[in-house]
Amino acid sequence: MATTARPDTFYDVMRRQGVTRRSFLKFCGLTASALALGPEFIGTIAHAMETKPRTPVLWLHGLECTCCSESFIRSAHPLAKDVVLSMLSLDYDDTLMAAAGFQAEAMLEDTMQKYKGRYILAVEGNPPLNEDGMFCIVGGKPFVERLRYAAKDAAAVIAWGSCASNGCVQAARPNPTQATPIHKVITDKPIIKVPGCPPIAEVMTGVVTYMLAFDKIPELDAQGRPKMFYGQRIHDKCYRRPHFDAGQFVEQWDDEAARKGYCLYKVGCKGPTTYNACSTVRWNNGVSFPIQSGHGCIGCSEENFWDKGSFYDRVTELNTFGVEANADKVGLVAAGAVGAGIAAHAAISIAKKKDHEKETQE
Amino acid sequence: MASIETFDRPVYVYEKPVRLWHWINALAIVVLAVTGYLIAWPPVVTAGEASDHYLMGYVRFVHFSAGYVLAVGLIGRAYWALVGNRYARELFAPRLHDVHWWQALLHEVRWYLFLVEEPGKHAGHNPLAGLAMFLFYVLGSLFMITTGFALYGEGLGAGSWAANAFGWVLPALGGSQQVHSLHHLGMWYLVIFTLIHVYVAVREQHLSRQSVTTTMIDGWRVWKDDRP
Ligand code: HEM
Ligand code: HEM
Ligand code: SF4
Ligand code: SF4
Repeated sequence: MATTARPDTFYDVMRRQGVTRRSFLKFCGLTASALALGPEFIGTIAHAMETKPRTPVLWLHGLECTCCSESFIRSAHPLAKDVVLSMLSLDYDDTLMAAAGFQAEAMLEDTMQKYKGRYILAVEGNPPLNEDGMFCIVGGKPFVERLRYAAKDAAAVIAWGSCASNGCVQAARPNPTQATPIHKVITDKPIIKVPGCPPIAEVMTGVVTYMLAFDKIPELDAQGRPKMFYGQRIHDKCYRRPHFDAGQFVEQWDDEAARKGYCLYKVGCKGPTTYNACSTVRWNNGVSFPIQSGHGCIGCSEENFWDKGSFYDRVTELNTFGVEANADKVGLVAAGAVGAGIAAHAAISIAKKKDHEKETQE
Repeated sequence: MASIETFDRPVYVYEKPVRLWHWINALAIVVLAVTGYLIAWPPVVTAGEASDHYLMGYVRFVHFSAGYVLAVGLIGRAYWALVGNRYARELFAPRLHDVHWWQALLHEVRWYLFLVEEPGKHAGHNPLAGLAMFLFYVLGSLFMITTGFALYGEGLGAGSWAANAFGWVLPALGGSQQVHSLHHLGMWYLVIFTLIHVYVAVREQHLSRQSVTTTMIDGWRVWKDDRP
């Protein structure tokens, strides 16, 4: 172990936490495969971990339910969890850290100063902006102030979960506290959105590991989500997809089709409109995911999913127009009215023509 | 322009490519509406192994194929507006700046409200029809093509041509689910146009002073009287 003033590397920290070299190399292998990188990257990751000074992560909590943290600490592979947790060493995470009160706040300050411009800020939850942010007070101050302050010198910001990425349930109509996603508050830093309610643990550790190991942000799509996990819809890799293509659908929750495991499209599955990795990575050590247990996807990683009508309708309500009706109700009423209008118009036209013919005959 | 048109001998209005396009396009729209509706409300479950059936797959394949026909057809029709006769341009360019055009439009409205005894004569579209074609058909199908190919790009996957060209539509309109709803609503917009359009085409053939339905079949506008 180095005795000079050389800053700690990830490897140093891991060893100190009791992670063996063997475990460390296994972890590098796991990470490479989780990120869909070739075996040649195992060495790259190991080398980076051994030589790069550790990047600290500050983890803030705003208006949230803490399901992201709950998901994160249940990361499937125990190894990954141990390593990532020690690696992050979460210099500041008010939920997970041992310190509390002034001591904790001092650590936040300390890391921000020491690693100015280099630390990663991870945000779980979001700031409510109404009433000057008084709806969420952390450490005696509105969370929004703390967020702005901590983001000021961050290298990048990770927006954990749908709360930080899109606002989630606390931003559902009418959003009384004006809960606002991170990218609308912090506009001058790269933001990595990791939506989901919560996001899958392996996706979270994958994103963090990638950023720490490669010192760069994973490739993002147009909406700022890592392409490697949000590049496809649930529907694209769903194991029930053959039933969809065949036209075999569950019509009711207790029908024969439900027992046979047919596609949940007609009972409102949002897999066709939801970008996430559930159908490939799955949940709880890859054991299952909602569709596998017989319930449709509710689209938890999509923007405003709680405001988009019932979870159990295929053709959903159009809340856009402030009316409780779906496209077919609106369309049928309009087409019906037009049809009736045409019929009436045709009747009058014919009557008039007959009149006219009579007149000309007389 | 309308004033210097001649109303005493037939005018060749719709050239062959326009007529061909019209009927192919009409068929495509009907197929799209039927298959689109089936995508939203798929028919009853089929039994047996999934590998024995491909119902949804076929319905979607027909929808996407008809979608390509609609899109390529519209591009072809736009090209013909550039190289075809003067009537070929009307669809894309209602003469909104022309006072006479608005007057004639008002006259048509009054004709449909039974306030005047006779409609005007028009070699091309009557202004009311022209405006409806533009607002409902041109804008409506552009919207359907844009949203349709955005949804299509989701299936083809990131990096596909449709995702690259139209992928921006999804976040812009509020996400995939919202685009599905709007695309679905757009169907009704075109269905309503089609209802009125077909009614009016048949009605005008019988009640107006000129040929209408037959014009889209043989291309010639024939007049029923020789007054202006
Ligand atoms: C007049 C034109 C069209 C009509 C009336 C129409 C109608 C529909 C309807 C009603 C739906 C179901 C929407 C829902 O509730 O989810 C649909 C879906 C769809 N349409 Fe169209 N459509 C038209 C044009 C197009 C075009 C030009 C394309 C481009 C290829 C297209 C591609 C799609 C796709 C990809 C879907 C989603 C299929 C799925 O989720 O499996 N549509 N269409
Ligand atoms: C059986 C069904 C249909 C009939 C009988 C019909 C008849 C006609 C007729 C007679 C015209 C010429 C109007 C004129 O003389 O000024 C016309 C033009 C037109 N129709 Fe249809 N139509 C049908 C279906 C459709 C459908 C489904 C669509 C699309 C939604 C459509 C779109 C158009 C357009 C855009 C024009 C203008 C053509 C141009 O200026 O190039 N039609 N139709
Ligand atoms: S269950 Fe849902 S995600 Fe799976 S194929 Fe059916 S609609 Fe798609
Ligand atoms: S299946 Fe859908 S609703 Fe369920 S966790 Fe995944 S994205 Fe969220």
